[in-house]
Amino acid sequence: MTQTPLQPIGQDDLIACPSCDALYHVRVPQVGERATCARCETVLIAPKSNAMLRIVALSITNLILVVSALFLPFLSISRAGFYNATSIMDAILAFAQGPMFLLSIAVGALIVVVPMARMLLTLYVVAPLEFGAAPLPRAAQAFRLFESLKPWSMAEIFVLGCGIALVKVADLATVDFGAAFWMMGVLVVVVLLQDNLMDRWSIWRALEKRA
Amino acid sequence: MTQAAIPTARDKGLIACERCGLLWPMSGEHSPCGRCGHKLSSRNTGSIQRVWAWWLAGLMCYIPANLYPMLVTDMLTSHSASTIVQGAIEIAHHGDLPIALVILIASVAIPFAKFAAVAYLALSIRPLGRFRARASAHRRHQLYELVEYIGRWSMIDVFVVAILSALVQLNAAASIHPGPAAVTFALSVIFTMLSAQAFDSRMIWDVSPDAAPTLKEETP
Repeated sequence: MTQTPLQPIGQDDLIACPSCDALYHVRVPQVGERATCARCETVLIAPKSNAMLRIVALSITNLILVVSALFLPFLSISRAGFYNATSIMDAILAFAQGPMFLLSIAVGALIVVVPMARMLLTLYVVAPLEFGAAPLPRAAQAFRLFESLKPWSMAEIFVLGCGIALVKVADLATVDFGAAFWMMGVLVVVVLLQDNLMDRWSIWRALEKRA
Repeated sequence: MTQAAIPTARDKGLIACERCGLLWPMSGEHSPCGRCGHKLSSRNTGSIQRVWAWWLAGLMCYIPANLYPMLVTDMLTSHSASTIVQGAIEIAHHGDLPIALVILIASVAIPFAKFAAVAYLALSIRPLGRFRARASAHRRHQLYELVEYIGRWSMIDVFVVAILSALVQLNAAASIHPGPAAVTFALSVIFTMLSAQAFDSRMIWDVSPDAAPTLKEETP
């Protein structure tokens, strides 16, 4: 690159809608309110009180839940004297034999690795900001990765999948929920709460101000 | 306020970074964003090609996903392999019509609708597109958000197969194994998601019919 370094423009007074490119003057809404795009209704700025501390707390909760839910049984079935309990790890390894092992890797990534990676990235980016320190090296790249991984984090879809699987085997055998099932259920709520607190505009600005 | 009254970053000679939203002068096109490192582009015009490439890959995987069995069930006395549609019909025969309908809608109707919606959005983009969409930019944007939101939920079928295969392992009494369609179905979902993500939704608004009613029609 031989170009002269570019200067960013009006970061504190202009904002473009990421979905439709409409340009606005920044007016930071009151805590708890949201500024949305007038043409496509995308949320642009949504400050929440104490957001960063709550995000850090929820990330830690999330990590604890995923790690402990991983190996505990989450569903068990019995029929005609036979019994089987399955953990999330077993579900991931269901495809492990033969050419379908790639699917095992994909399922493991979508329901465990990506959600956990997103939580670790959140801690890496947000925790220093919350505690008044400078952002860690490459925090901007970490936050960018966190945002682009969002559609690939499918823990909540997996939990709903449990419900459907349950209906399918209900007349084949007796099914019971294990501890991990309830943990994953709580996890879904935690993820929703955290998404709701995450205001990308504020975090990007904080990353820049403290750098 | 009419939609045409809102200026875009492009109108003002600015580029917003697609990832972090920071605004840069138009001369920065194709160089990395100074804040997050993402390559700046005012409109990702090349993205339509990627949309179609992933779309086609998704469609090609979707065909075997419906022809091959998704689940293989071994019971004491019987062995059966069922495709997605056969599975739904079986459940309907058991008398669970609502659940059969839910499965048909989630695994057959929604994927089809997704392919149709992405094709429609890509074809209606001006000036590259083939026709002028009758729906307003606002409606098409809502359609795009819906496709982006629903796309990932199709993965639920693959998770159900994984759960059932891990759970139902009762030696001789009953056991379930994944069929080859599980792989192609998962690939189809992933490719369709990539197709929708490649789409640059800012282009929906560029020459929206409400904003430029005088644009000349393309000859079919």
